Amino acid sequence: MTRDLSHAAVMGRRNAIMQASMGLDYEEFITSPIAFEYERMMERASYPLEEIRRIQRETKVGDTPLYELGRLTHAVRRLSQPGKGARILLKDEATNASGSFKARRASVSVFEAARRGYPGVCAATSGNYGAAVASQAAQRGLKTIILQEVYDSRGVGQPEIVEKGRLCEAYGAEVLKLSVGPELFYYLLVTLEETGFFNASLYTPFGIAGVETLGLEIAEQTRARYGRDPDAVVVTHAGGGNLTGTARGLRKAGAEKTTVVACSVDLAGLHMASDRDFNRKSFTTGHTGFGIPFAVWPDRVDVPRNAARSLRYMDEYHLVSQGEVFYVTELLTKWEGLERGPAGNTSLTAAVALARELPEEHLVVVQETEYTGAGKHHNAQLAFARAMGIEVRRGNPEENVPGERIVIPETLAQVRGRRQDMDGLRVRYVRSALKVLPLDRWTPSDVAFVAQDVQMSTSWVKETAERASREG
Amino acid sequence: MQQDAVQGAWVEVERVVLRPEERAPQIPPETRAVPYVLRVSGFLDQEGAKLGDEIGVLTLAGRRLRGRLIAVNPSYRHGFGDTVEELLRIGTEGEPS
Repeated sequence: MTRDLSHAAVMGRRNAIMQASMGLDYEEFITSPIAFEYERMMERASYPLEEIRRIQRETKVGDTPLYELGRLTHAVRRLSQPGKGARILLKDEATNASGSFKARRASVSVFEAARRGYPGVCAATSGNYGAAVASQAAQRGLKTIILQEVYDSRGVGQPEIVEKGRLCEAYGAEVLKLSVGPELFYYLLVTLEETGFFNASLYTPFGIAGVETLGLEIAEQTRARYGRDPDAVVVTHAGGGNLTGTARGLRKAGAEKTTVVACSVDLAGLHMASDRDFNRKSFTTGHTGFGIPFAVWPDRVDVPRNAARSLRYMDEYHLVSQGEVFYVTELLTKWEGLERGPAGNTSLTAAVALARELPEEHLVVVQETEYTGAGKHHNAQLAFARAMGIEVRRGNPEENVPGERIVIPETLAQVRGRRQDMDGLRVRYVRSALKVLPLDRWTPSDVAFVAQDVQMSTSWVKETAERASREG
Repeated sequence: MQQDAVQGAWVEVERVVLRPEERAPQIPPETRAVPYVLRVSGFLDQEGAKLGDEIGVLTLAGRRLRGRLIAVNPSYRHGFGDTVEELLRIGTEGEPS
């Protein structure tokens, strides 16, 4: 029997393929087209935190250092009002096996795949996650297939993604290098069906639970060293898993008052599925092309319901420009003696701006770094941008235009970031939910679910949904 | 680049996964105008081949896949790029640190 491999036919089989490749039946938790039992799913489909810690220690994940960035903190204090300038701390996640926090995310999925007897794991990702899955699978004796969006139609790939592909192969993975397009998901389904491998999706309960240890460690480390909980934890935000897992871990540690701050690189004006724009982004993740759509509607992923639900946990959302991130990345290198990859420094950039506003005794934690090297380096990204015809210069970062001009600040005082309107995001979430399910079909449990997802009252959700429905 | 590959050589193949008319709905026109293409590396799984031949490879995960031979001994050439001078002065400009 020949399987129909047309796009429509494969997408039609998606639920059956997903269920077979994860051993997790989402139907058990789904209560309506928009709502599901989130906490019950997180509890049933994962492990207690201490068990996750044990799983991660088996494969060289976690227990990463938390460093104080002394010179950067001092410089921020010099720019701040008297008494302001919070202490900036950095969680050096680059020291995990495979070089990023994504090892936490991959560890539980790969453990689960091995426990359930799958012969291998598959993941669709152009990010650090591919190498994380490959490294974890190598340690547990499983095969790995990584699907990457690498090339535009001329066969040109961003150096950072090419490097991530290399690292996957270094850990023994088969890397399927695909051209630009959303059909990456289609081809993941084809591959899962063909191989019977486990779907190590970024968005399962396993993936998110693996990040909870990151929040837990931060709380433990600041308590031990400074005798207080972190006042703010800044998280680079794309698909929402890093933020969700870290925030859940902080809560489980009892750090209830910590402000959870999301940060993305502003790529306004660039289209994520465009063959032309693909190589003009200068960032492969942690940008608004993922950050905003995933915040205002998380259920756009390769599993039936997304365990990463960023608005549930996000207190603030800051955007920074490309030039600001490159500048701060260079300062981290020159002042702090740490050379790390630019994508992981997005949250550091927002932390610099945030620390200026907070009291000196406060602790602002930047919760990740990533490895750096050939291709995955800010010089490589800027040289590539120049080769693509993008202007690169020093100046006022407000003049930065994604895809056209990268403006690297001249002074630290110019690193300001921009706070986003949280209510605006919440309204967009409600509008997205209304597109999936019209208001006349909402039950009280749908209202309650949305209220939890946007951290607002049920009466706010009802009023907002009614107004949005009237406005159409 | 080498032209011929012997059995067991590390090679890269390319295959059109979806032709333009088979691609997903709702993608930008410039993306829809081009095919969806896969490249994958593996060990040549036949006696010998020339660039452009339809061949089979054995991947690092042990799967047999087919495609058109586009490179023999494919190598990573990415680096740090030409020096971006603007970066060099950052952190050494007498900033208040």
